[in-house]
Amino acid sequence: MRYLPHTPEDIEAMLETVGVESLDDLFSTVPEACRRRSLMKLPSPLTEWELSAHLSSMAQENAAFPACLSFVGAGSYEHHIPATVEAMLRRSEFYTAYTPYQPEMTQGTLQAIYEYQTLVTRLLGLDVANASLYDGASALAEALLMAIRVTRRPRVAVSRAVHPHHRQVVRTYLAPAGYELVELPFQENGTTDLSSMGSGQDLAAVAVQSPNFFGCIEDLGAVADRVHDCGALLVSSFTEPLAFGLLPSPGSRGADIACGEGQSLGIPQSFGGPLLGVFATRDKYVRSIPGRLVGKTVDAEGRQGFVLTLATREQHIRREKATSNICTNNSLCALAAAVYLASLGGRGIRDLARLNYDKAGYLKSRLSDAGFEMAFDAPTFNEFVVKTPAGFENTHARLADGRIVAGVPLAPWYPELENRYLFCVTETKTRDAMDRLVEEMTS
Amino acid sequence: MSEMQGTTGLVLNEPLLWEKGRKGREGFSLPVRDVDPAPLPEDFVVEGPDLPDLSEVDVVRHYTRLSQWNFGVDTGMYPLGSCTMKYNPKLHEVMAGLAGFAGAHPMLPEPLCQGALELMYELQTALAEITGLDAVTLQPAAGAQGELTGMLLIHAYHESRDSKRTKIIVPDTAHGTNPASAALCGYRPVPVASGEEGVLSAETVDRIMDEETAGIMITNPNTLGLFEENVREIAEAVHAKGGLVYGDGANMNAVMGIVDMGRIGVDVLHLNLHKTFSTPHGGGGPGSGPVCVSRALEPFLPIPRIQKLGDRYGLAEDFPQSVGRLQAFYGNFGVMIKAYAYIRSMGAADLKKASRLAVLNANYIKERLKGVYHLPYDRPCMHECVFTDKHLKASKLTTLDVAKRLMDYGFHPPTIYFPLVVQGALMVEPTETESMDEVDRFIDAMHAIAREAEERPDLLLNAPTHCRLRRLDETTAARRPCLKG
Repeated sequence: MRYLPHTPEDIEAMLETVGVESLDDLFSTVPEACRRRSLMKLPSPLTEWELSAHLSSMAQENAAFPACLSFVGAGSYEHHIPATVEAMLRRSEFYTAYTPYQPEMTQGTLQAIYEYQTLVTRLLGLDVANASLYDGASALAEALLMAIRVTRRPRVAVSRAVHPHHRQVVRTYLAPAGYELVELPFQENGTTDLSSMGSGQDLAAVAVQSPNFFGCIEDLGAVADRVHDCGALLVSSFTEPLAFGLLPSPGSRGADIACGEGQSLGIPQSFGGPLLGVFATRDKYVRSIPGRLVGKTVDAEGRQGFVLTLATREQHIRREKATSNICTNNSLCALAAAVYLASLGGRGIRDLARLNYDKAGYLKSRLSDAGFEMAFDAPTFNEFVVKTPAGFENTHARLADGRIVAGVPLAPWYPELENRYLFCVTETKTRDAMDRLVEEMTS
Repeated sequence: MSEMQGTTGLVLNEPLLWEKGRKGREGFSLPVRDVDPAPLPEDFVVEGPDLPDLSEVDVVRHYTRLSQWNFGVDTGMYPLGSCTMKYNPKLHEVMAGLAGFAGAHPMLPEPLCQGALELMYELQTALAEITGLDAVTLQPAAGAQGELTGMLLIHAYHESRDSKRTKIIVPDTAHGTNPASAALCGYRPVPVASGEEGVLSAETVDRIMDEETAGIMITNPNTLGLFEENVREIAEAVHAKGGLVYGDGANMNAVMGIVDMGRIGVDVLHLNLHKTFSTPHGGGGPGSGPVCVSRALEPFLPIPRIQKLGDRYGLAEDFPQSVGRLQAFYGNFGVMIKAYAYIRSMGAADLKKASRLAVLNANYIKERLKGVYHLPYDRPCMHECVFTDKHLKASKLTTLDVAKRLMDYGFHPPTIYFPLVVQGALMVEPTETESMDEVDRFIDAMHAIAREAEERPDLLLNAPTHCRLRRLDETTAARRPCLKG
């Protein structure tokens, strides 16, 4: 086996040094009753070439761009990723290293993550960002737990227009410790209805997503005023951060914590993971942040350098009182996002966001012309909900046979939204492709 | 010792990203605009975010230079204890990048994602076989989320039996994440000390185990690199009071094909695919932390679960007792591809051999260094061995100085000051992918450093001198945090 470098002579010599007769003897401290009674039953080993063929044929069983024409977003977005992103990620000094515990040997990762933190604060309009969390869903859960710690209040309110999977994860994280979660309904225009919030005196946080799961843009400024009036924190989540190339940042509209999914920023969809949990907040909460932080410092000769810092918040030091249990995060995905944002630049992100907005606008108007009605009338970015006639699931299935995915049905998560489908259009969709979709949907 | 591996070469300085930006440069190929602009609502019109504008060449040089300031497994031996820094096969990166994997949307209709579901199903089956447990979830994103999942499963199990339990036993040799994960479930960690031999005794556990205790979190092999040989009796003591045994499988690399986790009484176990199953650590993730359980805990596994019906694969959510969802989708699929590829290229015999050679390397290092560095537990070890800085006390040097000096010799330092049960720990995990030659070079470097400690302590105190930077001021960084530019 090419990954195991020991020759039989090496093994002999090493066993002799250790003072045992055989490899089996190395396990003398493992009681007989703890051992396997039979060999592991696993498929026979494959050569590099067999494995490559095997996995390639498995990969072909999945529909992907460009063979598949997918108009699905819903928390995972198809964007063009420059070849530079993968080329930089494949620098094995990056991907075969681990958490930069020894800063003198990991300045590359550390500077890159410091730069990532900076780019995130600029994108979200906040003061401080962490080095990454697992995904947008757990980032939202961590944000709410942080709000509970900061305000010492036990309840949180989450909009029903937040991604349903993210809400499920929040429930998983909050329920066992006994924190209460209330859901806020959405209004007819597709944005969050705050009227059921009540006085909100015992609320630690209110979480909304913008653009929300229906693609609708929330009026964050108004939400912030209402939430701050009751002394709660506004947690503004997102699944499509590219929108902030065009929309005001959550920080500029009063969010105390902005968190969400960063997959859009140069990370392949990869059947839902790995993803990137993005997390940013205001300076005054810096010592309550979950996850790793990279800070700037100097070395013994006064030269600029970077280290992991404020570790006293973390699990390996504070144990059960830590701000989070997270250890391994999604550092390489943060690096991808940094390379992607560096490639886009200030002008690029604005142009690309505008192109997404305009293309989505084109499909919206084509579908309207073809007789489909939009379900909500709040402004949207690159996703929107379409009312479809009864029986559209048959059309949807027929199109899927031809590898066209005409949105996702909302009824599994929202029984009241029967026959409503969530569509997404990014820069990967040409006008011809959109015309083809409309034609297929109406034929 | 022959020539010292560590040397200096031409390493280029590189400013911060935004110091390179110039208005008018671009690094992205914007797709052709084939639609008219759609009208923008007024409150949309803000200035875009303040990101630097760079050309493609600027971006590539920037990150290439940064990468050269890093040290990875591909650069050299990285004996970071408890982290299993083994070689990451290159084919796996290419495979995870195949369009059908990297470009698959997680909400595709099931007929359009059969390949991805099959791979996940087969990986679950293999992990169940390797651990000796019955059912698997691949959803947790890393070890700590796997631990949290394990705690949630235990919590849900007790709740389903109307059993209110508030505590959990956590040995002093546990990983740092264990108490933090338990706390998220409202469990108060009850510490328990390991005995003189560095392992737990069943009597100690039996004494503190009661009917308010949900179970025990036990790392086996433990963080001293020792096999918890009383584990079966410990499990019996915990089970007798209605508790469950959580196994931290971070150290599974020592025992593949050797230990049966089901047989020793583990009810729930997390694995780290980025440790045992060769997926890269990515500079701090993404990892993947599957959780394997016994039949009794299967109803509580996170949703969605992958099912096989005939020759078709599907996702199922209808498990009313499930702890719920842990991830936005199904976990780190891109990482699972690499772990699956590893298992398929190794097969049963070579996985077992990998564990045996990992244990051989660690014992060889232990034997050859034990006279030179203080070895607190002189017993056969598993995949890692732990030394302390006791012998250095006379020269007023510490574990940190040894670690920094190792860099000059061209090695990543071991894990230091962990586990906490010994003073000034140096935790060495060579893994099986280091050859005897490389291990010998490491041992020679450690010997040379021990000599330097006596003869030229300044070499240790001033180390590293061959890295791009000297020691960094971590105190100021924490006192006056500067977290963005």
